[in-house]
Amino acid sequence: MSTTAHSVVSPGRLSKSIAGAVVIIYALVTMIPLAWILLTSFKSPPDSISYPPKVIFEPTAEGYCNLFTTRSRQTDEYIESLGPPQGICDEITRKRNMVIVGESNYWPRFMNSLIIGFGSTVLAVFLGTLAAYGFSRFRVPLADDLLFFILSTRMMPPIAVAIPIYLMYRELGLSDTAMGMILLYTAVNVSLAVWLLKGFIDEIPREYEEAAMIDGYSRMQAFFKVVLPQATTGIAATAIFCLIFAWNEYAFAVLLTSGEAQTAPPFIPTIIGEGGQDWPAVAAGTTIFLVPILVFTILLRKQLLRGITFGAVRK
Amino acid sequence: MNERFSTTLEGTADAAARSTPPAVARRLRGLSDRAIAWIFISPTIILLLAINIFPLCWAIYLSFTNYRANRPNSEVEGVGLRNFERVLTDGDTWLAMQATAHFVFWTIVLQTLIGFTLAYLIDRKFRGHAFWTTVILIPMMLSPAVVGNFWRFLYQPQIGLFNYIVSFFTGVEPSSFQMLGDVTLAPWAIIIVDTWMWTPYVMLICLAGLRSIPDYIYEAAEVDRASPWRQFWSITIPMALPFIMLAVLFRGIENFKMFDMVVLLTGGGPGSTTELASITLKREAFESWRTGRASAFAIILFVAVFGLANIYVKALNRVKQR
Repeated sequence: MSTTAHSVVSPGRLSKSIAGAVVIIYALVTMIPLAWILLTSFKSPPDSISYPPKVIFEPTAEGYCNLFTTRSRQTDEYIESLGPPQGICDEITRKRNMVIVGESNYWPRFMNSLIIGFGSTVLAVFLGTLAAYGFSRFRVPLADDLLFFILSTRMMPPIAVAIPIYLMYRELGLSDTAMGMILLYTAVNVSLAVWLLKGFIDEIPREYEEAAMIDGYSRMQAFFKVVLPQATTGIAATAIFCLIFAWNEYAFAVLLTSGEAQTAPPFIPTIIGEGGQDWPAVAAGTTIFLVPILVFTILLRKQLLRGITFGAVRK
Repeated sequence: MNERFSTTLEGTADAAARSTPPAVARRLRGLSDRAIAWIFISPTIILLLAINIFPLCWAIYLSFTNYRANRPNSEVEGVGLRNFERVLTDGDTWLAMQATAHFVFWTIVLQTLIGFTLAYLIDRKFRGHAFWTTVILIPMMLSPAVVGNFWRFLYQPQIGLFNYIVSFFTGVEPSSFQMLGDVTLAPWAIIIVDTWMWTPYVMLICLAGLRSIPDYIYEAAEVDRASPWRQFWSITIPMALPFIMLAVLFRGIENFKMFDMVVLLTGGGPGSTTELASITLKREAFESWRTGRASAFAIILFVAVFGLANIYVKALNRVKQR
């Protein structure tokens, strides 16, 4: 740990540059694994497993082609008997003595992630905003106990929750359905949403609504026209957290979905080629899956920062 | 019950409306505050009851039975406390607890040290610190499962980037060690990935702590000619301590529950060296299908996290009050 503590009042120029250098080196080092995912996604399978690891190589779309297709090995005669290759993936596949036989499950799984992610986020934020307003503005009997209970549900290990949910969903026919996953993720997220949003709504002065109500607004109108617009930053921050959770979640998804409603995280590790894991394809799938969150993080960094520190400090 | 509240209150509202100015009357004629409170809160409570509490109660019930989820039609018998007894006397449970404790302890130590150092450096406010803070944050936003899966590739002996970089700096032959296949290295392999992912989180909370220290305290110390070293230990550390402790709490709870990243990296192996509590639980519940016994284990885990977290929060509050 740093032992040369300088006054925060006026950090010297030298201490600033040393601090900057250390932080930048750390940032660059932590980016290496991510850069490697991106590089690997453009490698051919032999390049991806070469020693020493190749930094300079001939980029190919093979990983992405393999990610989206299923292929089967064919004899040279058969491949020659086919017409000219259609599209770049066809060409690449034929070079490996294979032909494309169909589409892989990656795209449906990715769509499931989108539907379940956004569905549960909208629902959790909607329910969370209402409940947070209720807890913030009205005297609710046992409010503190309820809030504590709502939060403590997050302390359960996901596998522990998954056992009874698995049985319950089997009885109700919700196993492996998008609806089941949306409800489950909503339930997990709503606790965080209520907690974060109550903090944001507590910050909005009651006087605003009271003034609106004296002007003739009903409580409902005041909520929709005065409180909600004021709470948009908080709602946005909360929505990002809910979305990131649902997007990244693995434990429930792997136990409760197997086909139809499977999301991308349990699917990506199962991408295999001939003779083991097809790393370029895995890297391609990982890249496509990570890009939305990367964009989110960069565009919404202010709300994210606020949400993380705010949520943490309040708890 | 909600309807009754609102109707009686609307009755009074109508009565009041006759003698009050029109604007106030219009407000009262809407739903009563109490009705709105219940309408707003109850959907959340109902959802949590259905998807959190009801399953939890069911799990408690199951923990006293010999139920097996793969044989739904066989007869269920109550077995009293036998499941709990079996879990607590099973050597595997304690091995898993040991592995979990090792993982939680070292991830917290490393993440706190690195995270606080980074926060302290970022708080020097060098040029571009906001941009680099965002870059540092990226790993914690990503899916632990998807990224953990890729780390399996980075850790491959010989072809993996990790071994290559280590050999580049130390001269050790890259194929001479296996991060995921060696019983002494595997526990550290998962600690490295978790630290890579979650140090930014600790850093952020520490940064919030450092920024909450008012400048005038440092100014006063400066006037008193306190050395930078002295300022660091008697102002910075004590005032940031509640935040550091919070970060430790959150990381502790999260890593106690750790499942996704580790199951994809090592699957609990080699042997059972990285078999954390959640992985044992998953094996019991969804591979051995001993649902009753797994439920008992789940409840023991929950009580342990909950109990430890509560004790810790008490200590935290004491630090805050100082």
